[in-house]
Amino acid sequence: MNGIHDMGGMHGFGPIRPERDPPVFHARWEARVLALTLAVGAWGRSNIDAGRHARELQPPDKYLAWPYYQSWFERLVGQVVEQGLVTETELASGQPETTLNPALPADRVAAVLEAGGPSARPISEAPRFGIGDRVRAQTINPPGHTRLPRYVRGRVGIIERDHGGQVLPDTNAHFRGECPQRLYGVRFTGHELWGEGARDSVHLDLWEGYLEPA
Amino acid sequence: MSDHHHDHDHGQAPPSDIALRVKALETLLVEKGVVDAAALDAIIETYEHKVGPRNGAKVVARAWTDPAFRTRLLADATAAIAELGFGGRQGEHMVAVENTPAVHNLVVCTLCSCYPWSVLGLPPAWYKAAPYRARSVIEPRAVLAEFDVILASEVEVRVWDSTAEIRYLVIPQRPAGSERLDEAALAALVTRDSMIGTAVLPPVQL
Repeated sequence: MNGIHDMGGMHGFGPIRPERDPPVFHARWEARVLALTLAVGAWGRSNIDAGRHARELQPPDKYLAWPYYQSWFERLVGQVVEQGLVTETELASGQPETTLNPALPADRVAAVLEAGGPSARPISEAPRFGIGDRVRAQTINPPGHTRLPRYVRGRVGIIERDHGGQVLPDTNAHFRGECPQRLYGVRFTGHELWGEGARDSVHLDLWEGYLEPA
Repeated sequence: MSDHHHDHDHGQAPPSDIALRVKALETLLVEKGVVDAAALDAIIETYEHKVGPRNGAKVVARAWTDPAFRTRLLADATAAIAELGFGGRQGEHMVAVENTPAVHNLVVCTLCSCYPWSVLGLPPAWYKAAPYRARSVIEPRAVLAEFDVILASEVEVRVWDSTAEIRYLVIPQRPAGSERLDEAALAALVTRDSMIGTAVLPPVQL
């Protein structure tokens, strides 16, 4: 979707405000939101692409205004209801009507975090593109989730890496299957992306279906 | 209006009720058994004290001191980093990119906040905020200047936009004057920002 999240190349957001030695969390509630999100995720009723898409669907004014972990929290509130982990009634009253067994007990935290969630998948199709091939990122404007940013659509780049098969976010985010495709590292020159006078280069990881020969 | 009392400078100061709302949801989820309170504490302990940029610093110091490791790191970063015991969540598929006198690498996620947790921990607030995400791809040198990094014009800047599940670790240039330091002392020099590409390590004063 052409959402506010797709902000690469936009102007007007102001200075960066680096922090040299920031704490991991600026407030305790931020830490609790991170932990709750990971612990709820352990139920396996959603996936990382659907989670990202849910945040992209947040109203643009709120997406920009909310502190980062508030954006996660608002997502979490919707998620626990959508996934049937709590009811609207329980959310409103704060009183559980039934009880469950946590999907992520404390003694499994280390193992679960160390395992992560690899997204590489074997694929049998031969690569459509080889290293050094010129490719054009497709001009598409899907209303759903995609990881093809607007700033490279229609632009020509060079294949630099073949990362093998990876889960396709465009389908996975909508629970329409992992549909793995080959993922490529693609280099675009600054001149191609931004026009005359731009230097340097930008590298993106793009799925085979995002690309056509150029 | 209470809104006027909020400090939005870093996009981090929360409205006064967010902490209460989080606590209410946590209490419900714990009482219902959706989550285990001790598991929440263990997750926070992991990212506050165990998984952070000291992991990445060890990878960098090893690459500086062990040429065979450096070769393996550049060829298959996931496997090489696993040799040091680091991997897992948001580090499942790693690529290491090396700064040289001719090339400077800078990592961003324009679409959200993708970051190599397994070697750098959780991302700093500025990395997740709109200015860095929007500007790094279109004006990387202006972004770098805000981190006091001024590159010679002949140095090529390569920006890595983390659009998929590949996570990028920058191997900064080994600082001048560090020739006699051992691996542990070298690791102590390596900063988080140098592994994102928003810092260059200063010469060592002996």
